[in-house]
Amino acid sequence: MNADTPLDLEQIRAQLNGARGRDYWRCLDEIAGTPAFQEFMHREFPAGASEWRDEVSRRHFFQIMAASFALAGFSACTKQPLENIVPYVKQPPELTPGKPLYYATALTLGGFANGVIATSREGRPTKIEGNPDHPVSLGATSVFMQAGVLDLYDPDRAQSVLRAGQPSDWTTFVSAMNAVMQDQQNRHGAGVRILTGSVTSPTLHSQLAALLAKYPAAKWQQWEPLMRDNVREGARLAFGEIVDTHYAFEKADVVLALDSDFLFTHPASLRYARKFADRRRIKQPGGASMNRLYAIEPTPTITGAMADHRLPVAAMEVEDIARALAQRLGVPGGVGVTSHDDWLAPVARDLQAHTGASIVIAGESQPPAVHTLAHFINEKLGNFGKTVTFTNSIEPAPVNQLASLRELVADMESGAVDLLVMIEGNPVFDAPADLNFADALAKVKTCVRLGSDDNETSRFCHWHISAAHALESWSDARAFDGSVSLIQPLIEPLFEGKTAHDVIAALAQQPGRASYEIVREYWWGQGWPGYENWWRAALDKGVVANSAAPPRAVTLAERPPARAAAAAPPKAGATLGKMEIVFRSDPTIGDGRFVNNAWLQELAKPITKLTWDNAALISPALAQREKLQNGDVVELKFRGRTLRAPVWIVPGQAENSVTLHVGYGRARTGRVGSGTGVNAYALRSSDALWSGEGLEILRTGETHELVSTQKNHNMEGRDIIRSGTLANFKADSHFIEKDQEPRPERKDTLYHPDEFKYDGYKWGMSIDLNVCIGCNACTIACQAENNIPVVGKHQVSVGRDMQWIRVDSYFRGGLDNPEMNHQPVPCMHCENAPCELVCPVGATVHDNEGLNVQVYNRCIGTRYCSNNCPYKVRRFNFFEFNAGMTAVQKMVKNPDVTVRSRGVMEKCTYCTQRINAARIPAEITGRKIRDGEIVTACQAACPVEAIVFGDLNDPASRVSKLKQQPLDYWMLGELNTRPRTSYLAKLRNPNPELTV
Amino acid sequence: MAQIFSSSSNTIARCSIVAFVIVVVGAGWVTDAIFWSPYTTYVHIPQVQPVPFSHKHHVDGLGIDCRYCHTSVESSHYAGVPPTETCMTCHSQLWTQAPLLEPIHRSLATNTPVKWTRVNDLPDFVYFDHSIHVNKGIGCATCHGPVDQMPLTWRENTLYMKWCLECHRAPENEIRPREEVFNMKWRKPGDQAALGRKLVAKYHVETDRLTNCSVCHH
Repeated sequence: MNADTPLDLEQIRAQLNGARGRDYWRCLDEIAGTPAFQEFMHREFPAGASEWRDEVSRRHFFQIMAASFALAGFSACTKQPLENIVPYVKQPPELTPGKPLYYATALTLGGFANGVIATSREGRPTKIEGNPDHPVSLGATSVFMQAGVLDLYDPDRAQSVLRAGQPSDWTTFVSAMNAVMQDQQNRHGAGVRILTGSVTSPTLHSQLAALLAKYPAAKWQQWEPLMRDNVREGARLAFGEIVDTHYAFEKADVVLALDSDFLFTHPASLRYARKFADRRRIKQPGGASMNRLYAIEPTPTITGAMADHRLPVAAMEVEDIARALAQRLGVPGGVGVTSHDDWLAPVARDLQAHTGASIVIAGESQPPAVHTLAHFINEKLGNFGKTVTFTNSIEPAPVNQLASLRELVADMESGAVDLLVMIEGNPVFDAPADLNFADALAKVKTCVRLGSDDNETSRFCHWHISAAHALESWSDARAFDGSVSLIQPLIEPLFEGKTAHDVIAALAQQPGRASYEIVREYWWGQGWPGYENWWRAALDKGVVANSAAPPRAVTLAERPPARAAAAAPPKAGATLGKMEIVFRSDPTIGDGRFVNNAWLQELAKPITKLTWDNAALISPALAQREKLQNGDVVELKFRGRTLRAPVWIVPGQAENSVTLHVGYGRARTGRVGSGTGVNAYALRSSDALWSGEGLEILRTGETHELVSTQKNHNMEGRDIIRSGTLANFKADSHFIEKDQEPRPERKDTLYHPDEFKYDGYKWGMSIDLNVCIGCNACTIACQAENNIPVVGKHQVSVGRDMQWIRVDSYFRGGLDNPEMNHQPVPCMHCENAPCELVCPVGATVHDNEGLNVQVYNRCIGTRYCSNNCPYKVRRFNFFEFNAGMTAVQKMVKNPDVTVRSRGVMEKCTYCTQRINAARIPAEITGRKIRDGEIVTACQAACPVEAIVFGDLNDPASRVSKLKQQPLDYWMLGELNTRPRTSYLAKLRNPNPELTV
Repeated sequence: MAQIFSSSSNTIARCSIVAFVIVVVGAGWVTDAIFWSPYTTYVHIPQVQPVPFSHKHHVDGLGIDCRYCHTSVESSHYAGVPPTETCMTCHSQLWTQAPLLEPIHRSLATNTPVKWTRVNDLPDFVYFDHSIHVNKGIGCATCHGPVDQMPLTWRENTLYMKWCLECHRAPENEIRPREEVFNMKWRKPGDQAALGRKLVAKYHVETDRLTNCSVCHH
C-alpha cells in the first residue's frame, strides 16, 4: 500500500504547521489522508483480507484443501476419541498434579543476568515472569526474557553433536578434544583459543582461569557485537581503571541522556525504568512532582520518546554537545562548539539547579570521550556518591572486545590457532566487516562451536555442539549490580544440549563432571557457612543475599581527554550536509540472536512499528531532499562497502543520520528468520562500530514491501490519547476533563441499565500513560500467556496481526522532532459493550463481574463484533494459525488457555484464567480475593508498573485509587461504552525556558 | 401434445412429500439418538484398562478412601491418578506374583508409566476444577456415580454441557454436607431442597455467577 500514492512530505508539513496544538497523528499516510489509507481504515480489514492471496493459486489451494473442507463440515459429528492418562511412576514430592511449580532462575543477555520465576507445568516450562526479589528485574521482564521460552521449543535449534555436519556424539567429541589438548600440553596451549561473549558467571570464569593456568599460552578472547567497550574505555580514561557506573534514578530530578537508551538497552534497564518511572508517577495532586528527562540522540529510542525535551542530532555531534556542556558547567579543559547553544544553556542551568540530584548518562554507542565527559560533568554536579555510584567491574575479566577480537583474527590469520572453541556467538555474521573473520576462521585447524542454532559461523566449524537453553542448564551469572543468581534447569535438555561449563570441562580434561557439580563445587569453594542451607536459599530466592558489588571510591583524572587529533573540534554545524550511518541494536531481535523467534519477529518495533524487517531509517527532511518514499530500496555506500536496503521515514530522526538496526539479513538461520531484513553488519567496520560519516545514498528504483502495524487497528482522528504538562496539572488538577465531553451516566442507554448489578467483584484496569515507556513487554507477555499465534509478514500487512494488547504510538507536533507517546490498548471490557449487541449467536457476552467474554465454541466468525468495536481490539483467526505445530512446539502452550482454531474471534480476556486461579483457593478458604492477588500477564511484565488490575468494588484496591485520580480518563468515553480499562493521562514536565 | 405427467404423478408427489418429511425427521431423530447414545457418550461402558483395576474391590471391599489415590482432589483442578508407587504401597507385599499386576511391577521396574484409559474426559476448552466442587459440597458420586460398585470403571454421566448446567443452574439439588463428599453411601434426604438451600447459603455458592461462561471457559 506504500507505493499506491506517493507521500507529499511538503504538504504533510504544511498540514502539521496548521494543526492545532492538540492534534496527534500516528503515521504519515494518516496526515496526508492518502486514499489508500482512508480505504484501509474504513474497511478495517483491507480489501482482500478474507481472500487467499499467496503464491499458491486459489485453484491449487482448493485442490489441496478439498479433503480438509469435506471433513471440516463433519468434524463436529465425530465422537470424542479415547485418551490416556499417564501418571508418574514416582511422583515428585513437591508436585501437586495439575498445579504449576515455580522456579527462581535467571536469564542472561550480553552476559548480565536478570532474575526470573519460570513456571513449570508438569515438567515443561511455559512462562517466564520477573523475580520481584531480584535487584535488577524487580519483578518485571523485557521482551527478550518473555520470548526466551519460545526459543526453548524452537524446532530449528541445534539438535545434536555434529562433526563436519554429520551427526556424532559427545563421547567422540570429548576424546577428540583430549587428543588435541594432549598435543597442546608441551606447547602450553599455545594453539588454543577460546572465544566467549561477556562473562559474568563466577563458575565459568573460574573454570577458564583454571584452564589458562594449566595452559598458560592459551588465550581467552571475548566478543559481543553490541559490546560495552566505550563504557569501559570511558571509565578507564576518567578513573585510570575499569569500574562500573551505577545510576540511582530514584534520586534524580533531572536526567540528561547523551544518546543513551537506558530505559531499554542498558543491562540494568528494567531497574532503571522502574526507578525512573517512580519519579514520574503522580501520587498526590497537590504535591505532584516529576523528574525531567532531556535526550540527545540521532534516532528515536524508547528513552528519547519519554524525554520532556528531545534534541535530534547526528551521533557524531553528541561529543561536541557534551564538550560544550562540560565547558558551561566549568569542567576543566572542556572545549566545545555546537550550534545547539540555545537548547543547551537552559539544560545546563537546570542541571546546575539540581546538583546532587541529577544524572548525565552516555550511551554505549558514544565514543569513550563522551563517557569520560559524562563522568566529569556528574562529578562537577556533585552527583558522585548520590545519584552516581561506582563498583569494581562486574565482569571478572573486562577487556576491550574489539581489541580482543582483532588479536584473535591476527592469530588465526598467522595460522597460530590449532583449536578455536566458540561459546555461543556468531562472529562470522557479526564481526566488523573489515576483519574478514570468515577468511581467518578457515585457517583454524579445529574449530568448535557450542551453539543453540545453526548459523553462519556453524558452517565453518568442525565440531558443533548443541547448547542447552538457560531453562535446561545449571549455571550462575551476575546481574548488573553484581548480585549472583544461580541458574537452575526446569527440564532435561530437549536436544542433548550442553553448557559452557561442560565444554570447558572437556577441554580441561575433566569431562565426566556435570554442570551441576561444577557450579556446586565452585560455590562450595567460596566458603559460605552452612553451605547446604545457603545453596537452598540461593536457589529458592533466585538471588544470593548480599552478593551485590559494594560501592567504591574513584579518583577522577585531572581533566577530560582532549579531542582526538584526527577529529579536531569542528565548526558549529560543520557536520550538516554530511551523511552519517548509525548502527543500533534491534529493539526486537537484539544483535540477531532472536532472529528465529517468531514472537519477537512479529512484534512491532517501538516507534516505527515495523515487523519482520529492518530498514534504513531516514529523516523526513532527507526523504524530501532525496525524494524517497517508504519502502524505496536504496544502495547505501559506506567506506567501500555497499548494502541495498529499503528506507523507512521516521519522524524525529536526525536529518542526516541513517539508522540501521543490526541482526537481520541472515544468510543461515532457522525457518522463521530466513529472508527477513538486510544485514547491517555488512557495512559495519571496526572504525565505525556505532556510527560513521561518509555515507552515500543511491536510489535504485526498486521497492520492497515493509510492513508496519502503525496503520492497523486505527481508530480515526478521535480524542484517544490525552496529555498535558505538569504545570497545567498543578494549576488545575482536573484540566484533563475540562475540555472533554462529560462522561455519560449509567442510565443513558437504550438498554436495561441495571441488567448487571456487579455486586460481587467488579474487575477493572488502569493504564498509566505517564509512565508507559512503550517497551512492548506487555504484548509478548500476553502472547506467551494466552497462546496467541504468529501470523507472518503478509498476514500482518493485511491487518491480521493477532496480539491482544498493542502499543500504539502517537506523534504530536512537527515532522522533524515530534513529541512521541505510547498507548497500550487491550480490550476495554465495556459495561455497555458494542460488540455484545451485534453478535447473532451470543458468542460475546457479559459476565456478572463485568468481563466481556468471548465464547470460542459459539463463534461462527461473522466479525460483526469487530466491526462494531470502537477500540479495534478484536482479533480474528482467518486461518488455522496453530496448524502444523510439532510436538515440541506445542509444549509452549499454556494449558489453562484454549487454543483457538480457524474462524473464531478472540481478544483480551483480562487473563480470566488467572482470575479463576486466584478465585478458587480464595473461595475454598472462604475469603475474598485480596488486592494484588490477580496479576494479569501484561501487568506482571511491565517494567514501570503502568498497568494495574483489580476490583473496582474495593475502594482500597490500587486500581480503585488510581481511577479516583483526576488524570483518569476513558478512551472514547463519550460513546457511553463505560470501559473498565481506563487511562491516566500523560504529563510532561517541560523546562519553561525551552518552551517558548 | 401428450401430457407430461401421468395421473399417477399426483400420488408420487404426495408420497414424496411425506417421505421427505419422514427422512428429515428420521435423520434428525437418528442423529439425536446417536448423540445421546452410549456409543458417543461412553456412558455405562466399562473401559478396558491395562490392569483391570476394580474400584468395587478397593473402595467397597477394602474401604480405601478416594483421597488415598486421588490425592490432589481437594487442592487442584486435577484429582490425580496415582503414580505406580501408590499401587506398590500395598502390592509390594500383597499379590506380588499376581499376573494381573504384572504391568504395575513392570512399570516400577522399568520406570515407565502405566497408560490408563481415561474414563471421564471433558473437552479441552472446559476448565473443570475438582477442588472447588469437593470443597463446596459436591460429592464424588454426584458426577462419577457409584464408583464403589464398579468392577471396571465406567462413565456415569454424559459430561455434556447441558448436564453440567443442570447443577450449575440449581446447585441446591445436588449439594451435600462437606463431610459427606467422599461418602459413597450418602443418599439425598427427603428434604434435599431445604437442605440444599441451607448449604448453598452456608458455603457461599454464588448461584447467579455459576452460569457465566467465564466460570468454565478460558
